[in-house]
Amino acid sequence: MIVFIIQRSIQSIVVLFVVSILVFVGVYAIGNPIDLLIDSRATQAEIDQAMRNLGLDRPMWEQYFVFLGATFEGDFGNSFIYNQPAIKLILQRLPATLELALSAMLMSIVFGIPLGMWAGLKSKSLAGRTIMAFSILGFSLPSFWLGLMMVMVFSINLGWLPTLGRGDTVAVFGVGVSVLTWDGIRHIILPATNLGLFGTALVLRLVRAGTMETLSLDFIKFARAKGLSSRRIVLVHVLKYILIPIITILGLEFGLILAFAVVTETVFSWPGMGKLIVDAIRVLDRPVIVAYLMITVLIFIVINFVVDILYSIVDPRIRLGGAKE
Amino acid sequence: MTKEGPDLSGQGFPEAAEPENPYRQFVADFCESKLAVGGFVVFACVALVAIFAPLVSPQNPYDLAQINILNGTMEPGSTNSDGTTYWLGTDDQGRDMLSAIFYGLRISLGVGVMSGVIAFLLGTMAGLSAAYFGGRLDNLIMRIVDIQLGFPAILIALILLAVLGRGVDKVIIALIASQWVFYARVARGAALVELRKEYIEVAYCLALSPRRIVLRHLLPNCLPPLIVVGTVEVAHAIALEATLSFLGVGMPVTEPSLGLLIANGYGYMLSGRYWISFFPGVALLITVASINLVGDQLRDVLNPRLQK
Repeated sequence: MIVFIIQRSIQSIVVLFVVSILVFVGVYAIGNPIDLLIDSRATQAEIDQAMRNLGLDRPMWEQYFVFLGATFEGDFGNSFIYNQPAIKLILQRLPATLELALSAMLMSIVFGIPLGMWAGLKSKSLAGRTIMAFSILGFSLPSFWLGLMMVMVFSINLGWLPTLGRGDTVAVFGVGVSVLTWDGIRHIILPATNLGLFGTALVLRLVRAGTMETLSLDFIKFARAKGLSSRRIVLVHVLKYILIPIITILGLEFGLILAFAVVTETVFSWPGMGKLIVDAIRVLDRPVIVAYLMITVLIFIVINFVVDILYSIVDPRIRLGGAKE
Repeated sequence: MTKEGPDLSGQGFPEAAEPENPYRQFVADFCESKLAVGGFVVFACVALVAIFAPLVSPQNPYDLAQINILNGTMEPGSTNSDGTTYWLGTDDQGRDMLSAIFYGLRISLGVGVMSGVIAFLLGTMAGLSAAYFGGRLDNLIMRIVDIQLGFPAILIALILLAVLGRGVDKVIIALIASQWVFYARVARGAALVELRKEYIEVAYCLALSPRRIVLRHLLPNCLPPLIVVGTVEVAHAIALEATLSFLGVGMPVTEPSLGLLIANGYGYMLSGRYWISFFPGVALLITVASINLVGDQLRDVLNPRLQK
C-alpha cells in the first residue's frame, strides 16, 4: 500500500508537470493576448509597456519557469479581464460548482440505486424494461439540450421555477450555500436534475447488472434455502454485495459530473467555475484558463487516487501497485 | 434463439464444428430485438438524409438568394407569401429549420463518423501493438491510457479546444484525442485473449511477419468488441461535438452543426420561440438514440459470454 501511494504520488507529479507544459505551450500558441486587450489605436510605446507589465516580452522558456514557480505558490497571475488573481476567481466559484455537483450526485444515488435494483429484480417485467428504456434515453439525451427544454417547460411555460442564477445564499464558514434557503433550493432543482440525470442512468445500469448477477450466486440461493424473507435478502445480502462496484463508480461519476457541470452551468447561468472557464476560453483569458486546467487536473488526480485506495479497502482481492494483469 | 438449419451451401468451408453461416446467424441474432432493428432503420434514414441533404431539403438555407429575413422566426407549419410552408418554422434569418437541420445533420454526422474512424484506427493500432509487443511499449501505452481514462472525455476535449481554438479540424482532433483510449483499451484486452489461442501459435510457427500476424490474424478476431465500442463512441462523438459547439468552443459559425443551431435558438427560447432550439435537438436525440440502440443490441449479440 505504501509503495503504491509513493508510486502514485510520483506519477501524479509527472502528470501535473506534463500537463503544465502542454497547457502553457498550447495557451501560448493561441495567439498574442495583447491584440485583444489593447485598443487598436494604442501607440507602440503603450503596447510595449503593457507587454512588460504582463511579462509577455520575455522568451517563452523564461515565461514557463516564471509560470511554474508561481504555480507552486498558487499564483497564476491576474485575469486579463477581471484584473484579479485567477486563482481567487476560481476558488470563489468553486463552492457553487461543488454544491451543484454534490446535489446531482445525491440525486443519482437516491434514484439510481432503488430503480436499478427494481429493474434487476424484475428484469422481464414491463416496469423493468421501462426503467431500462429510460436509462438509454438518459444516456442519449444531450445534457445541454435537455437543460434548455427544462428551462422552457418548467420556468417559461409553467412558471414553477426560476430560470437562471443561484438565488439567495447563506454564508456557512464564509462560503455561500444555496440549499439552505428556499429561494436557493428553487434555483438548484433544475440544474441539479439536469446534471444528475446522466449519473442516475449510470448508477441504475450498474445496479441492475449487479443485482441480476448476484441473484444467481450460491450465497443468495443459500439465503433462500435458509428461509430468509426476500426483503431481507434483497436489502441486506444483495445490496451489500453490489455496493462494492457502486462505491468505486461513484468516484468516477463525481468526476464526470464535475466535468459536465461546465455545460449545465452555462445553460442555467449557474455562477460556478465551469461558466467561468467557458467565458474565459471565449475571450482568451489566459491566466484563468491555465489556473482552471491546473486545478481541475489536480482535483481529478485526487479523485482517482481516493477511488483506487477505496477500491482496495472495500475489495481486499484487489492488490494495488506491482500486481500485473 | 431460433436455430436455423445447417447452412452448407454458403461460401467458406463447410466445417463440421461450425455448420452455420456466421453472418446469417449474426443477422438473425440482431433481428431478435425489434427495438434494435427500429434503431437501425431510423439511423439508416438519418444517414441518407444527411448524405443527400441538398436533394431532400426544401431550400438551401445558406444560399442568401433563397432566404428572406422578412420570414424570420415564423412558427412551425406557417406559410409565407410565396406559398412555401415551413413545417418546422424558421430561424431569425428566415431560414427553413427543416433544411437547416438536414444540413446540420450532415456536418454533425460527418464530424462524428470521421473522428470515430480515425480514433478507431489509432486506438486499435496502439492497443494491438501494446498487446503484441508487450514489455515497455505496453507499459508506456497503457500508462497513458490509464491516466487519460481518469479524465472525462468532455474535459479532455474542452482542454484541447481551449488550447487550440475553434475550427472543424480542431474539433476533430479534440474528439480523436479524447476517444482513442477507449479503442486502445478494448483492442488490447481482446488481443491478449486472442494471443493465447492456437492459431496465433501456428502463425508464429509459420514464421509469419509480425505485421501479417497482427493485421491478418489478430485484428479480424479482435473486431467484434471493437465494433461495439465503435458504435457507442460515434454516438458519443456526435453528442460531444454538439455540446462543445453549444458552449461556443467547438465548430465555427461557418459550419452550422446541430449544436450550433441549438445555441442559436437559445436566446429566442426565453421569449417563447421554442422551435429554433427544439427541433435540432430532437434531430440530435434521434440520431444518438438510434445509434445507441443498435450498439446495445450489438453488444449482446457479439458478446461471447452471452452466447447460448
